[in-house]
Amino acid sequence: MTYIAKPKFHHPSLPKNALGYTHRDYEGKISTLCAGCGHDSITASVIEACFELAIEPHRVAKISGIGCSSKTPDYFLNASHGFNSVHGRMPSVLTGANLANRDLIYLGVSGDGDTASIGFGQFAHAMRRGVNMVYIVENNGVYGLTKGQFSATADRGSKSKRGVINADNSIDVVAMALQLGATFVARSFSGDKEQLVPLIRAAIEHQGAALIDVISPCVAFNNHAGSTKSFDYVREHNEAVNRLDFITSRAPITVAYEAGSVEVVEQHDGSKLVLKKVSADYDAHDRIGAMTFLQQHAAKGQIVTGLLYVDSEPEDLHTHFNTVATPLNAMSEKELSPGSAALDKINASLR
Amino acid sequence: MPTKAPISSVNDFVVRFANVNGSGSASANELFARAVLRMGIPVAPRNIFPSNIQGLPTWYEVRISEAGHLGARGGTDLMVAMNPQTWDKDVASIEPGGYLLYDSTKPLPPSRFRDDIHVIGVPLTAICNREYTDPRQRQLFKNIIYVGALSALLDMDVSALEKLISEQFKGKEKLFDANKHALQLGRDWALLNLECPIGLRLKPTDKVGDRIFIEGNNAIALGAVYGGATVCAWYPITPSSSVAEAFTSHCRRLRVDPETKRNKFAIVQAEDELASIGMVIGASWNGARAFTATSGPGISLMQEFLGLAYFAEIPAVVIDVQRAGPSTGMPTRTQQCDILSCAYASHGDTKHVLLMPEDPAEAFEFGAQAFDLADRLQTPVFVMTDLDIGMNQRLCRPLKWDDSRKYDRGKVMTAADLDAGKEFGRYLDVDGDGIPYRTYPGTHPSKGAFFTRGTSRDRYARYTEEGAPYADNMQRLLRKLETAKNLVPRPVRKNADKSTKYGVIYYGSTSPAMNEAIHMIEAKGRPLDMLRVRAFPFHQDVPDFIADHDYVFVVEQNRDAQLRSLIVNECGIDPVRLIPILHYDGTPITARFIAREIADDLEALKVTPLRKVVS
Repeated sequence: MTYIAKPKFHHPSLPKNALGYTHRDYEGKISTLCAGCGHDSITASVIEACFELAIEPHRVAKISGIGCSSKTPDYFLNASHGFNSVHGRMPSVLTGANLANRDLIYLGVSGDGDTASIGFGQFAHAMRRGVNMVYIVENNGVYGLTKGQFSATADRGSKSKRGVINADNSIDVVAMALQLGATFVARSFSGDKEQLVPLIRAAIEHQGAALIDVISPCVAFNNHAGSTKSFDYVREHNEAVNRLDFITSRAPITVAYEAGSVEVVEQHDGSKLVLKKVSADYDAHDRIGAMTFLQQHAAKGQIVTGLLYVDSEPEDLHTHFNTVATPLNAMSEKELSPGSAALDKINASLR
Repeated sequence: MPTKAPISSVNDFVVRFANVNGSGSASANELFARAVLRMGIPVAPRNIFPSNIQGLPTWYEVRISEAGHLGARGGTDLMVAMNPQTWDKDVASIEPGGYLLYDSTKPLPPSRFRDDIHVIGVPLTAICNREYTDPRQRQLFKNIIYVGALSALLDMDVSALEKLISEQFKGKEKLFDANKHALQLGRDWALLNLECPIGLRLKPTDKVGDRIFIEGNNAIALGAVYGGATVCAWYPITPSSSVAEAFTSHCRRLRVDPETKRNKFAIVQAEDELASIGMVIGASWNGARAFTATSGPGISLMQEFLGLAYFAEIPAVVIDVQRAGPSTGMPTRTQQCDILSCAYASHGDTKHVLLMPEDPAEAFEFGAQAFDLADRLQTPVFVMTDLDIGMNQRLCRPLKWDDSRKYDRGKVMTAADLDAGKEFGRYLDVDGDGIPYRTYPGTHPSKGAFFTRGTSRDRYARYTEEGAPYADNMQRLLRKLETAKNLVPRPVRKNADKSTKYGVIYYGSTSPAMNEAIHMIEAKGRPLDMLRVRAFPFHQDVPDFIADHDYVFVVEQNRDAQLRSLIVNECGIDPVRLIPILHYDGTPITARFIAREIADDLEALKVTPLRKVVS
């Protein structure tokens, strides 16, 4: 949320994507987050992913809850409608919006307090319903706007800036999403753009519930020794299972496959995920295996990142509801009112 | 021999069935009520049921009134006492000279009866045990047998009953035969062993006309279908669940694309009321017509979101089927107790639009109109019904729809408008009515996008925390409320034949009892002008009506005189002039209650003349 509009100056030589848009067309207002905030790196990755995918910016609806993370939709995709809703309730607003118009891309942005504390219920139910969306958790384990209280993703034993030790067990939103049936589950690190951008691209193309948990250190309240969500800690404990390249069905395939450590996953719409495996035994199509892998590494104090699970034939809420192809918000009385003759019949049955 | 002469009445009495819930009595009792209706006699049935599935007391009251009084009357002329748990209370509630029908299989000592009522014993259990071996059948057919006995006792047209049974079991011959047989068993036993008919009798007439018999929840769900709702998000809560359930079944019949077999609706049973209203707001923000149905506790849970919708100016339709209090128990009883919590729902300075239908027919109309109003005013609209309207079948005029009617989608700027150079400011009051223009997400590649927030923004939806734009916006919201006053359904005024200093204001389900009470009060030589309030914010007619009278009674079904408070607060009325008439024990208000209370108060006003207050 900013008072300052970003200048609309375009350098003529800025690279353009397939639709003729430049990076600038995917930017938003100037961020008012603290200098060095991990969230701003995520914003940059969202912009990059949308540019690379050549999405029409106005065909995205960006919806958030409340908190530092939930402010970020103002900082990207200026031409999109945004909705800064209620703390912890982004999933329900997004679900309703998605039901109204199935043709837009839904980008839900939330934080760890917004998702795992106040909004844990709505997060869980949106995942189990399979709402077609990209759900990004900008996860720093701490409440920023209210100045440094622990959130539910703070690890047990981690230390707050004021020196308080967190005695509660933490919630791992990735583990939860896997258990609840999300069809695309990934984790990344705000400081690892190379990993994060392809993940966001793949999640956007994925036609189901896609969760990306992005560890995003809070420079103000959670970047000190004793924190398990600081830049240093995450870099030291990051265990990447794979590196992702992403090829849309529209783009020419230019990525050179690395023999032996590469797996190509074709998504339902024809787009391809190219998984460069860091861990040779990792299978991103095995939900139960992913859960086991995650827990085993968590026990060793490692933060597993990468694409942890993907279902290449996902179903979404509209599939379950068997809704018409036309967006529900585009229908008029002609399609929706059954008419007076039908009502007369109903009247007759009530006598 | 009873000490009181038996009540004698044709087509004007109250039958009450006392049953155990889960015993299959509901369908037999409804069969009785419908049969009376088929004889052309108006009936008003009411369910009084517990928060329970099996084993607790439940009552079904059928008021039969050729004069067409559909409110609860109070008192029972014929009690069908089938529940030993409530026997004493049930027997005690019979009017002197009234009748008691009971299962006389096991003898009861005289002390369990009253000597001023007429006792009719039918050995229901004995008949069932003789006739059926299956325990389930013994239980179910017992209910049909007492309906059969009643048909003889009340001199009913048995063909009406048989026709209803044949309609109910169309294509299921075996069930039809079995039910018809049970009906005949009861009727034959009564004709052979009892003096038939008793003083209460049913005589065919033609007072029903083309009216229909429908529950308010069903009617309001149809209103939502006709009004163009495509998204429904809800969480089960008595007494509103059947709104969403009826919407679902109507949509399955009326809203499936005939070619693709795909649905022109999406219904989510959400995880709670917070999610329900969140989905409604998300869908409405994105241009669909969406609603939720709930009751008081759900309204409490939705408070934060309702504030967001008010300030962010997002349409939302909330159907509140009001009930008494929190938790379980009393919640299956009726009240009008959410008026204030809905009118002022949420944090900050908020005021919301309320519609108050009097019966299912109006619930249908308001149910459809709510979507036009929500879109036009870009704000939450509450349809305030209650358990009495919602969960009882009520005789009302047929539902009507004008095929030339167009939905009012309100002020929505399209891509063409934006390309034509129309200035877009999301919170800009272009027309001076307080209502700004909005755009749906995805409308235009470069124009019309905005960031939705609660407050903290200027007329162009740009972020600001400054005081002046905030105050400016709050003033505009008040202008919008002024506009709303002339868009919502106007109050209905009905003056007495003679001029009077006294008036009465009432609303919602109080209507039928009030319409009956007015005659009782007038019969005592006390004319009253009437104003039925149908919406909030109040139309100018409301303060005008009060100004026309010295004193105005405000009749409501809650403890705190909530509508009266709202009138005092919003219209700046001296409270002394508004006399509350309050009924809040969970039973529907009766004409007898209203007439007695108003008559007493009028007496007091006459004895102690109060100075005329001018406000």
